[in-house]
Amino acid sequence: MNPAGNAHVLLQAEDLLVHRGGVTVLDIPTLDVFSGQVLALIGPNGAGKSTLLLTLAGLLKPARGRLLFRGERIGNGGFDYRRHIAMVFQEPLLFDATVFENVAAGLKIRGVGRAEIGRTVPEYLERFGVGHLAKRSARKLSGGEAQRTSLARAFVTKPEIVFLDEPFSSLDTPTRDALIGDLERILRETHTTAVASTHDQTEALRLADRMAVMNGGTIAQIGPVAEVINRPADEFVASFVGVETVLPGHVLRISDGVFTAAVEGGEIEAVGDVQAGEKVLCCIRPEHVTLSTNTSFSETSARNVFSGTIRKITPLGLFHRIYLNCGFDLVAYVTRQSLEELLLQEGKSVTASFKATAVHVIRRGALPPG
Amino acid sequence: MQSMDLILEGIQKAIYLIFTLDKEVLGITLLSLQVSGTATLISLFIGISVGTAVALTRFPGRQLVVSLINTGMGLPPVVVGLFVTIFLWRNGPLGFLEILYTPTAIILAQAVIATPIVTGITLASIQHLPANLRLQILALGATRVQMVWLLVKEARLPLLAAVMAGFGGVISEVGASIMVGGNIKGYSRVLTTATVMETGRGNFDIAIALSVILLLLSFAVNAILTQIQQRERPR
Repeated sequence: MNPAGNAHVLLQAEDLLVHRGGVTVLDIPTLDVFSGQVLALIGPNGAGKSTLLLTLAGLLKPARGRLLFRGERIGNGGFDYRRHIAMVFQEPLLFDATVFENVAAGLKIRGVGRAEIGRTVPEYLERFGVGHLAKRSARKLSGGEAQRTSLARAFVTKPEIVFLDEPFSSLDTPTRDALIGDLERILRETHTTAVASTHDQTEALRLADRMAVMNGGTIAQIGPVAEVINRPADEFVASFVGVETVLPGHVLRISDGVFTAAVEGGEIEAVGDVQAGEKVLCCIRPEHVTLSTNTSFSETSARNVFSGTIRKITPLGLFHRIYLNCGFDLVAYVTRQSLEELLLQEGKSVTASFKATAVHVIRRGALPPG
Repeated sequence: MQSMDLILEGIQKAIYLIFTLDKEVLGITLLSLQVSGTATLISLFIGISVGTAVALTRFPGRQLVVSLINTGMGLPPVVVGLFVTIFLWRNGPLGFLEILYTPTAIILAQAVIATPIVTGITLASIQHLPANLRLQILALGATRVQMVWLLVKEARLPLLAAVMAGFGGVISEVGASIMVGGNIKGYSRVLTTATVMETGRGNFDIAIALSVILLLLSFAVNAILTQIQQRERPR
């Protein structure tokens, strides 16, 4: 989760500028992609997510700027670099051939021998759950099966970075959920670095370590997922990433359907079908957080009560958004009336509470054994 | 009902000529196949290369080039025949080749007719592929050459249509063949030019026989290619 951690910069973009039809569509002064991490690019349509992905993948030549892969400038028209990466588009873009032949394509291009292809391809077909479709024509697959084939084709070459351009946006919800789960597991198993664009915040929350919010061809904010969501740099980011507080943590104990999760700076009680030790994201909507200036606020049915201080107040028309520090970040909405009655202002100590049932839990997979 | 008899007689004669392997008819048929086959091969080589190149690149004047190719798909054979004749004429720019009134001249004229057809169909079928497929192939680690090859392979079914259209166009063409080949007996006489001549002479039975052979030939080649096209689609 921590970008500093022990992750090093695998891909670095400097001073990227892309024009299209005389208009600047991408302007990125600097961008680091850390090894073994998933970076989510999120933003509205036309924000430049796809353009940035294509540029990072060496498939689109920028008007200016440079890319450094493992500290070395990408040369030779990007050919050597392209052999270290893979890309999955929104459309599966499969060849008019069998599923097996499709997944073998990248290996064949690299001149890998028939025997090795025969060993490797079935393994990846199984990994992505399309082993039983090996001999089927790619033209006769469902949307989900086709995208699984496309993902298998990308991963079979063991790329160091995978670029995913909204790979799930054309799938229905159950198919998408299953596929995201599998992708998340495979990314974790293979420690593959990935850059994925999406306009779906939940997708980003499930997959990403870091998040970059894009707007008008620029990166409005980049950082660890929880940081971007809990501390949006400006109103655009705040309005786009949604308004939830997102707290990464892991499950400490479970009793009677309620579980306690340790998050940085505190413990939160929530309801959900989880296992002890599992990594989770606890999401709390600001309208579910109640504020009180009574610091001995103990008589309440809310399972989660924290004292904290007001970090920032942003007016939002009819109500105000209050950024709190309770050991962790928390956001609450209050009406103007409440703001005035409670005399809320930056630096003031308050008690914040929310119910265990108000916590939306996103599972991030079990902790590695041991 | 005399015309009906004429046709039946012609078909009988055709069957007779085919089954007795009439030397002259066989020679004409083989020459037609050879000339039009070679012309088609040449047009495939040029047409697929040029069509793919134009489909994959952007340059000033590209729109005009595409319009010219599309116009070329309907080149009247007699116009091609006229210009090839002028070029190959003794004093023409290519007169030194001394190939006017030879099968080579027919191949040249037919290649000129078939090339725009193949180019146009190639251009359309490569452009019809999904826009991101080119990038997807490059992202799979392909070199430029591998990328072009995979795109052409992906467009193989419409490209077979290009082969059929190209071959169909030239095997049935008569204007250019007669102008640049001269319909010389036993040398540059092909099925169409022979049919024109025999019809002119009033030898309808032989003309019909030659036409039936032409139709059978055309049908056979298309049947084989269709077979490949349909088998190519995996289940």
